[in-house]
Amino acid sequence: MTTSSPRGVGLVSAKVAHFDQPLPLRSGAQLPAYDLVYETYGTLNADASNAILICHALSGHHHVAGHTDPDNVDKTLGWWDNIVGPGRPLDTDRFFIVGVNNLGGCHGSTGPKSINPATGKPWGSDFPMVAVVDWVHAQARLADYLGIRQWAAVMGGSLGGMQAMRWAITFPERVRHAIVIAAAPNLTAENIAFNDVARQAILTDPDFHGGHYYAHGSHPWRGLRLARMLGHITYLAEDQMAEKFGRKRRPEAGSYGFDVEFEIESYLHYQGDKFAGYFDANTYLLMTRALDYFDPARVAGGDLAKALAVAQAKFLVVAFSSDWRFSPERSREIVNALVHNGQDVAYAEIQSEHGHDSFLMDDPHYHAVVDAYMKRITP
Amino acid sequence: MTGAFERADFDLIASWVQPGERVLDLGCGDGSLLRRLIDERGAKGYGVELEDAEVLAAIGNGINVIQGNLEQGLAGFDDQTFNHVVLSRTLQTVRHTERILGEMLRVGREAVVSFPNFAYWKNRMAVMSGRMPVSEDLPYEWFDTPNLRFFTILDFESLCDKMGLVIRERQVLDDAGRTVTEEQNFLGSLAVYRLGR
Repeated sequence: MTTSSPRGVGLVSAKVAHFDQPLPLRSGAQLPAYDLVYETYGTLNADASNAILICHALSGHHHVAGHTDPDNVDKTLGWWDNIVGPGRPLDTDRFFIVGVNNLGGCHGSTGPKSINPATGKPWGSDFPMVAVVDWVHAQARLADYLGIRQWAAVMGGSLGGMQAMRWAITFPERVRHAIVIAAAPNLTAENIAFNDVARQAILTDPDFHGGHYYAHGSHPWRGLRLARMLGHITYLAEDQMAEKFGRKRRPEAGSYGFDVEFEIESYLHYQGDKFAGYFDANTYLLMTRALDYFDPARVAGGDLAKALAVAQAKFLVVAFSSDWRFSPERSREIVNALVHNGQDVAYAEIQSEHGHDSFLMDDPHYHAVVDAYMKRITP
Repeated sequence: MTGAFERADFDLIASWVQPGERVLDLGCGDGSLLRRLIDERGAKGYGVELEDAEVLAAIGNGINVIQGNLEQGLAGFDDQTFNHVVLSRTLQTVRHTERILGEMLRVGREAVVSFPNFAYWKNRMAVMSGRMPVSEDLPYEWFDTPNLRFFTILDFESLCDKMGLVIRERQVLDDAGRTVTEEQNFLGSLAVYRLGR
């Protein structure tokens, strides 16, 4: 039943695709030219019918699977390595899998850290606002570049699942299967509220300098760290936090002060520090805003079924019982809309204690569900 | 729980489904019935199933399976979305009997319901001899049965009457899957109904 294999895809390296054709954006702005950094695993078959696109979430990137440093395998594994590889649910013996860093990202694709050709300086906060649909258009150009007319599947978790949904709506004839995991048709007010607090932490950091902190040789790491700490709380589940940390204290901790005393504090500080050390604050702002704006039903007067009606893809929708940030009820809205239209959809609600982060976990039943679905897909 | 008996039940249901019709199978298990309705009758099928292992098997069978709990009703399914809503050998396991029957006829134009008839003569004999019945259609021991409700053809029809449900067709089978036309509440092991409003 479990599909984990000791073998992964091995050593991988990123490639860069450059695009000179300007990309018109949802906001009305356009990007004159841009790079997309991507990785691929497996082999594209002769008629290019076995390609799967994996879309990343808020803090993800193109490095989905394999390792990038042979001397540091564990520390350089891709963020979804446990599901991609020979014999794994996303079987690289059958499929050609593409991971891409989205526009506005900070892992090599054109983003706020990149040089604005108009000024010769980093874009900073002048980088245009990118929407999910803009990412999808950019990804479509990458598909053209790779010779992929139609994806066997577009797949993602969280914000990545939203991209899969958007693909099925925007390019109905280019997606055979949409695999939408731990996602939602749009954000709730509560979700937007969390994003707002995260952004305010960054925007009010004195080191933010209106988003042009690169020129000051600084980075609003305090704000970004707080944003990540807040985010982390919302990605976990209450029971899981209680079990993992409870009221446990650090053995070396003092007391009657404000230093790290409880284990949960230590964990959050560690996660915040780590994240702020490598992620770009402007990218965090852009990605959370793209999440806020995502609402494919909006142009259909709020009618999700109407918005999804154009999709030709078959859907697999997966939600996790303890995910309160993107709850199973929100996934059911997607399912209900598809059923309303008579479209093909399978839906699994996985019992999991890991909250929103469950979609990244190596849960045997969850992976078996994805594996069973992938085996239905004929390359 | 497969065998000649379940197939007889499925044969009837399949004969009632026309090509292109939309079918919702509640408690669809691994999707065997839907697979058959899709392959043989050209139906557009959806299933609802609670158990993880069955959901997994149904996905493997290429079924549009939706994981959910029937006890929570059919919220999320729009009114009159389906031509047939099937509840095959499952009504006896549902706590909220009236609610599920009402929900079936809200989301579908027709409810197809099959259930083991507790008044089947072999069941009566078992009780007469002091034991709870174990049979082809009631295959569990009392201590491991998922069945919550034990009722008969007469009981069911009196509930339909009370709820104002119209019985469009009733088929009764014995424990070898043969059609029973006489003394159905005595000679019938499994009852299969088409209900409407």
